Amino acid sequence: MNKLILGMLTVSVLAACSSPAPKETTSTAPAAPQTSAAADTSSSTAAATSSQAAPTASADTAAAQAAADAAAAKAKADADAKAAELALLDKRTVYFDFDIDVFHTADKEIIMAHGKNLGKVSMLKARVTGYADERGSSEYNLALGQRRAKNTKKALVAAGAKDGQLSTVSYGEEKPVATGHDEAAWAQNRRAEISYDIAK
Amino acid sequence: MLRIFSFFLFICLAQFARAELSIEITGAGEHQTPISVLRFTGEDDTQRISEVVANDLARTGLFKLIDPAGRAPRDAGAVKYAEWSGVEALLIGSVTRQEGDKLVVTFQLVDTVRRSELLKLTVSSKKQQSRAIAHHIADMVYERLTGTPGVFSTRIAYVNRNEGNYRLVVADSDGYGEQALLNSKEPIMSPAWSPDGAKIAYVSFEQGRAMVFVQTLSTRDRVLMAAFPGSNSAPAWSPDGRQLALVLTRDDSSQLYLVGVDGSNLRRITFSDTIDTEPTFSPDGKSLLFTSDRGGSPQIYNMSVEGGRATRLTFESGNSFSPRYSPDGKNVVYSLYSAGSSAIVVHDLESRQIQYLTSNARDKNPSYAPNGKLVLFATEYLGRGILATVSSDGRVKQKMVAQSGDIREPVWGPFIKAMN
Repeated sequence: MNKLILGMLTVSVLAACSSPAPKETTSTAPAAPQTSAAADTSSSTAAATSSQAAPTASADTAAAQAAADAAAAKAKADADAKAAELALLDKRTVYFDFDIDVFHTADKEIIMAHGKNLGKVSMLKARVTGYADERGSSEYNLALGQRRAKNTKKALVAAGAKDGQLSTVSYGEEKPVATGHDEAAWAQNRRAEISYDIAK
Repeated sequence: MLRIFSFFLFICLAQFARAELSIEITGAGEHQTPISVLRFTGEDDTQRISEVVANDLARTGLFKLIDPAGRAPRDAGAVKYAEWSGVEALLIGSVTRQEGDKLVVTFQLVDTVRRSELLKLTVSSKKQQSRAIAHHIADMVYERLTGTPGVFSTRIAYVNRNEGNYRLVVADSDGYGEQALLNSKEPIMSPAWSPDGAKIAYVSFEQGRAMVFVQTLSTRDRVLMAAFPGSNSAPAWSPDGRQLALVLTRDDSSQLYLVGVDGSNLRRITFSDTIDTEPTFSPDGKSLLFTSDRGGSPQIYNMSVEGGRATRLTFESGNSFSPRYSPDGKNVVYSLYSAGSSAIVVHDLESRQIQYLTSNARDKNPSYAPNGKLVLFATEYLGRGILATVSSDGRVKQKMVAQSGDIREPVWGPFIKAMN
């Protein structure tokens, strides 16, 4: 019960601190949306500057124009990179092959983004929860989920997170996200999820 | 003389709920004894003791129930043997009510071939326990006719998962008389009966991760047995009831540990960096079977309870899980996943031969009845988890479809000794 109250409190605190962000997403990665708001503001300022400069163009100002364009391009690139990183931080699930405890290579950038995010904001804490599909025994699947969580945590630490920021738990084949009994459902259930919590 | 009152002491403390079950039996034993169970005189139409007895006997596959077709001798003395040429045994009974709340049932088992009385007994109990009386009568009839103790009075435990609600359930061996020992919004796993049938150990996620609890059936009191960092799971009782084998991840990957039932003397007994799980004791308490993927895929291994080197037991193509010894220690039943299918398989420890008891795609978690004649397991029917049994020779199968929810991880309880 205490945990539930703390959980609700956390969500509301996070919702409050990320509310200025123009693109409100799920609020479990609090550091990122704030950075996003700052990046969006700077890029729009840069765009405004360059458009005002255009009508008064001359040979002398050509170099300045080029520099401004370059600055705008760089700001845009930075903003794009930020947006890409944010998009990655929105993804908090990585997937696994049957009876394999190393996540798909395609999901590596998700882990890199979360590892970096945790490394940057040391007050963050997160939990990695491992799951399995329903095949095999529930006890074996509990053990497999634990190993998936552990390996995912290791990868997050390799990407910049501190060991103490992360905890692991396994639910095995319990709490499936897809309830079917075919590969389409199983593929969704073989997963590890990252969930953020607030640290003291 | 039978002392049924004390025998039912612990069940009295809980409510007697009736589950709506549909039971389907397929297959037949090699030799079926033709038997006729007559309607007991004086029995209540809503609680027909003779019907419960007949159903118990039919489920074993060892008996062919013959319709008495109107013949109704009141007792053994009134049987006209010439009328019963196609029947080898007759069960005749009568029910009387005493002091409002008490049922007294007298029954006779008659051998119609030798024209002799095999059993004549009187049992009594509270009215609400007429099913329990019936199971007890079925046990005595079964033992008299087959020479093996019956298991109709034993109980089973399982987890019922219904839309995010989990219940740890104890029920009669025929699936009736469900009682929830625990209700939770979080998963419950791996129920395990203590050898005396008084307690159940299980895994509950109610505190956010897998922890092992031990609960006493009669009082509902429970203790938290293991809450180490990581997962605490797969409890198994030693045959003397003095220690538990557990799986903990506190030191790294899932490894086997032993601990006294009072929580003392915790010690690690496997030292692999792979998954070791699902320990189960041999009936003599000297060794353990467990599931491990140390060889590259999940297979079953055997090891002394002292630890040390483990030897691999299963070499089938596919993955093997959830081993359980037969009560005589001669066979091991387990689930074998191969080519997208999961079957219940029995491994003869002496001949090292395996036999498929089932071949359905989703059969899991087998456990023997305490007399070794039936195997209970979980399967799926129309997309739902249900209970099923198969005779230990694989000939007779039975599905029990409950009203709602998914039934998972059933386990057959031990014989419960009558207290005197």
